Amino acid sequence: MEYLLKAENVSKSYGNFTALNNVTIEVPKGSIFGLLGPNGAGKTTLIRIINQITMPDSGKVFLDGETLQPHHIQNIGYLPEERGLYKSMKVGEQCVYLAQLKGLSKVEAKKRLKYWFERLEIGDWWNKKIQELSKGMAQKIQFVVTVLHEPKLLIFDEPFSGFDPINANLIKDEILKLRDDGATIIFSTHRMESVEEMCDHIALINKSNKILDGKLIDIKRAYQSNTFEVGLLTDDKTAVTTALKERFDLQPASFKSINDELQYKIKIPQNVAPNELVSFLTSKGQLNHFVEVIPSANDIFIETVQKN
Amino acid sequence: MNHLPLIIKREYINKVRNKSFIIMTFLSPLIFVGIFALVGYLSSVNNDKVRTISVLDESGMFASDFEDTDTQKFNILSGITLEEAKKLNEDSGNYGLLHIPKTLHITDLAKQTTFYSEESPSLSVISKIENNIEDKVNGAILKENNIDASRIEELRVIVETRQESFKGEETSKEGSFAKLIFGGAAGYLLFMFIIIYGNMIMRSVIEEKTSRIVEIIISSVKPIKLLLGKIIGTSLAGVTQFVAWVVLITILSTVVTLIFGIDPAAMQAQQQEMIAQGATGSPDMAMKIYSAYESLPLINLIIMFLLFFIGGYLLYASLYAAIGAAVDSETDTQQFMLPILMPLILAVYVGFFTVIENPHGIVAQIFSYIPFTSPVVMLMRIPFGVPIWQQIISVVILFATFMGIVWFAAKIYRVGILMYGKKPTYKELIKWLKY
Repeated sequence: MEYLLKAENVSKSYGNFTALNNVTIEVPKGSIFGLLGPNGAGKTTLIRIINQITMPDSGKVFLDGETLQPHHIQNIGYLPEERGLYKSMKVGEQCVYLAQLKGLSKVEAKKRLKYWFERLEIGDWWNKKIQELSKGMAQKIQFVVTVLHEPKLLIFDEPFSGFDPINANLIKDEILKLRDDGATIIFSTHRMESVEEMCDHIALINKSNKILDGKLIDIKRAYQSNTFEVGLLTDDKTAVTTALKERFDLQPASFKSINDELQYKIKIPQNVAPNELVSFLTSKGQLNHFVEVIPSANDIFIETVQKN
Repeated sequence: MNHLPLIIKREYINKVRNKSFIIMTFLSPLIFVGIFALVGYLSSVNNDKVRTISVLDESGMFASDFEDTDTQKFNILSGITLEEAKKLNEDSGNYGLLHIPKTLHITDLAKQTTFYSEESPSLSVISKIENNIEDKVNGAILKENNIDASRIEELRVIVETRQESFKGEETSKEGSFAKLIFGGAAGYLLFMFIIIYGNMIMRSVIEEKTSRIVEIIISSVKPIKLLLGKIIGTSLAGVTQFVAWVVLITILSTVVTLIFGIDPAAMQAQQQEMIAQGATGSPDMAMKIYSAYESLPLINLIIMFLLFFIGGYLLYASLYAAIGAAVDSETDTQQFMLPILMPLILAVYVGFFTVIENPHGIVAQIFSYIPFTSPVVMLMRIPFGVPIWQQIISVVILFATFMGIVWFAAKIYRVGILMYGKKPTYKELIKWLKY
């Protein structure tokens, strides 16, 4: 697999505090890479190192095979979590200025801004000052500024904060479209449902260490536990429960049902096929509900962090 | 890719377009000229009243010595007693009553003259009266002792040492004075500039943090470029405003003089009178000051003035920028303000005390190399003749320190943004440098 960004054995400490300890991540080209972790884990430090805001104490970062250099900032678009715009500057001027800092010419910047403003339906804001805009409107401008110079690598830190659900969806679609157009995206968030929806790869950082990384599907597979959620309608609940307990690992479950039935999470050993469980259950009564329990990104996050 | 011109341009345009900046640019000269016009008007009103002073001269010697002026009229009384005269004055609303008694000997007058008035009289009135009486009494005493007053004036000797350097350049006391004035004026101009525009730079550096755009900017430009751009852009805006002020004040004060009819000719006459009174043998003195200015190494001075002024301003501006870099909001800046101005105040004092005493003394020399004081002290020394290489070293040190501080400020800035919401202490600042 081809990687757009590689961070190798990156460490960074502030005085006595270690923010990152020997962290290695590899971001495949054209993927959406979820950078996850609890608050204060070191995600932002890593992002800042990639953006050359701070330098790592040790370790190296490569962008497209080259050691990270100042001119690479043109290839990176960064939407920080802590964000704002010059309050007293007009929207249009401000966007042009920020685009120029990223190496675009004035003419080119104006052309692209026109496209984006039309796309996001913000055309008439050009001469407004930021302080006249609502927070959500300002967020849209920030998104445009981040992607305007068409960087190879986009880094979004909590991109949906401050958006209403409609606009959040709009931005989500834009991010997916950018990925489809060939950009690589690093995505840092605490909203696990968006990770589930969008990310192909994830890395989990906790207490300055990377504790998990890989393709989201692979990770889920690894966290698969052969557990099934079952709803069984039977006359003799006690007898069936005893019989089940003898053969399987039972955990209580509760889900909505119109029947008064037995509800369990049943874990089967590796050597037992799910079908065996099904035939066992159907011999005992009416099987109304049978679902494999797939760990959600949320579960994996909580479990891994707590285990750590 | 060069960001610096972009940043400078944005800072400049942003400052110049700012509403409060525009308002201040036009309002300040108005207020300035307004206050002067007001003061001028008030003092003219104050002096407008013609004061009538009654004089009861029992000695009979002074009758012709009190001449009326525009603001003072003398009313010579005679043939009445002091009590009567007092009563007369109390009712008339006159300014006061001067009583010169008849004494046995004329010298006794020095102690026995009395001025009666409702309120205590103004100093200028009293001293004028005293002068009149003094002259008369002095003249009388000289006459009594058979001394010819005009002879004394003739025989008076004024000693004037000619000053000449070994190379044959003539110097003079007045020249030294002129030289000091030059350095002092440069120092005060710098001082004013820093006080007015230093804060502006600091606020400009804090701007990114308060608007939370800092991470977006810092992921595009190096902090040192950002800070340099801010210092230069804001300074240019400052220069623009300063020039606007000078122009506006000149225009306004001309207009005000025309409208309010303060006659420039009268003022000139007044000035000439003052010069004539102030200096005995005045044309000579004026000539000396003029020639002192002529003998100054003008080209050297102008170049060095520009270099030191710009360098000195940038140096202090970078200190303000460093403070801005260290804090999150303007309220946190108080603790750092005083230490910044101290060296500058020191420089002005060192300049005036040691350079006057000995322009090439060891203290003056040392302080003309220290970058925080050199802009003032070196400028004061240059008119007294400082070798070019020394001047160059001093300028180089100055600009190098400026760049050093900007570098240092950039370092603080980079670390500072990673620590939102913490008020830095000096100890922490030193720690940040190691990051």
